[in-house]
Amino acid sequence: MTKAIGLEVSLAIAEAVKQANVDVVAAYPITPQTHIVEELSVYVANGELDAEYIPVESEHSALSAAVGSSAAGARTYTATAAQGLAFMHEILFITSGLRLPVVMTVANRAMSAPISIWNDHGDIMAERDIGWIQIFAENGQEAYELTIAAFKIAEDRKVLLPICVNVDGFILTHMIEPVTFIDQKKIDDFLPPYSPALTLDPDKPATFGPVGVPEVYIESRKQCEQALLNSKAVVQQVLEDWGKSCGGKYKLVEKNGNDKAKILFITMGSLGETTMTAVKELEESGESAGQVRIRLWRPFPREEFLEAIADADELIVIDRALSPGAHNGPVAQEIKALLFNESKRPKVHNVIAGLGGRDVTVKDFQKMYAMAKADELGPNYLIWGVRSDA
Amino acid sequence: MSELAICAWQKLELGTVITQPGNAAQLRTGDWKTLRPETDTEKCIKCGMCSIYCPEFCISENEEGYYPADLFYCKGCGICANECPKQAISMVMD
Repeated sequence: MTKAIGLEVSLAIAEAVKQANVDVVAAYPITPQTHIVEELSVYVANGELDAEYIPVESEHSALSAAVGSSAAGARTYTATAAQGLAFMHEILFITSGLRLPVVMTVANRAMSAPISIWNDHGDIMAERDIGWIQIFAENGQEAYELTIAAFKIAEDRKVLLPICVNVDGFILTHMIEPVTFIDQKKIDDFLPPYSPALTLDPDKPATFGPVGVPEVYIESRKQCEQALLNSKAVVQQVLEDWGKSCGGKYKLVEKNGNDKAKILFITMGSLGETTMTAVKELEESGESAGQVRIRLWRPFPREEFLEAIADADELIVIDRALSPGAHNGPVAQEIKALLFNESKRPKVHNVIAGLGGRDVTVKDFQKMYAMAKADELGPNYLIWGVRSDA
Repeated sequence: MSELAICAWQKLELGTVITQPGNAAQLRTGDWKTLRPETDTEKCIKCGMCSIYCPEFCISENEEGYYPADLFYCKGCGICANECPKQAISMVMD
């Protein structure tokens, strides 16, 4: 199949998981992730995918089962969103601590209360420090391709860490987009069967998850931290190889618009596409606007990011999550911390936008740009579009 | 503490997995203690009650029939001293 077909992105992600030839899917349905795992259950039921499907009773169990099957040497996939991701919380650390290359789709959704099934990044931003590789897809094609590449990254012997592919709930998961599927043969060549470094094996007993007494715990955490830091080079290499042999060319950080633009929008996820249109229109009206999209969030691609913003005077960092009580949203905090020791620092504006599925349009970005120029965005952050009496 | 696990982070097994079953035997729990048991052989009647009550199973009979604790494992909990029917065991600063 080399022709683009119109398909719901969730189903394209399920296809990616099937083409990655997983051994085990352990999942619990939660909106807006449900269609992915539902489709996978169909594949397993009708024999299209030779895998164990474990329909568990909760997300806590979904990831626990994934930990067990990955430790047993199986290529393992799960998916979740919002409250489901939060319910996995303690097991998220265990998965990375045990160095298990589980692949998980997070269909990003706002956290309750109030109940919201719509998109923002509040779910994954609360899980920044779980030690997983975290990447953000911008559109359907990217969600499909990154899902396959994710297995190769996670299973690399230099990495052996879990990875979550973030896709904006509804905005991506439920959108019908043109998706070009990659030929199975190419994927098989790209992604060989998983060969684990250590497994649960009765003939060669091992204990996964023993007590780490104070004399060991720090070294154990250091090992995981270093693996995550080292994974950046592998992510880069895998995406490069992917571009050559299978699909599109993806970088850790992407720049768009005038290379010397003075004011840059910084986005993660699907908002990057809306920003792209806004930047194009701003450029056409003679403005010096550009954009930088962060694809890899953990580990944060410091050097690539600094290079991308080297010529900018001002950044408008869009956060799709609130970090109540902090100076900024999570992404802006990260960027400000990174810039602090740099000799040349652009001014950083921070806009918290699109919480709980609120639309962020091209016009919004143009207004943000005008406000940044007029220095009206405030010193810390501005919650975009919030209705107020004052 | 097991000498195997006291190493640079680079040498630690992947995911801190234990690949040698039973290596807990190498875990020096003796360095947890503040007090260690000392037996007064004048009072000891060699009944072995201390050995039965020891939660660490680190007290066993020696050639002379007394029951010294293996200080490699003994955590200094004092249960042996408490259970001794002759108050022959006293806990002293390690």
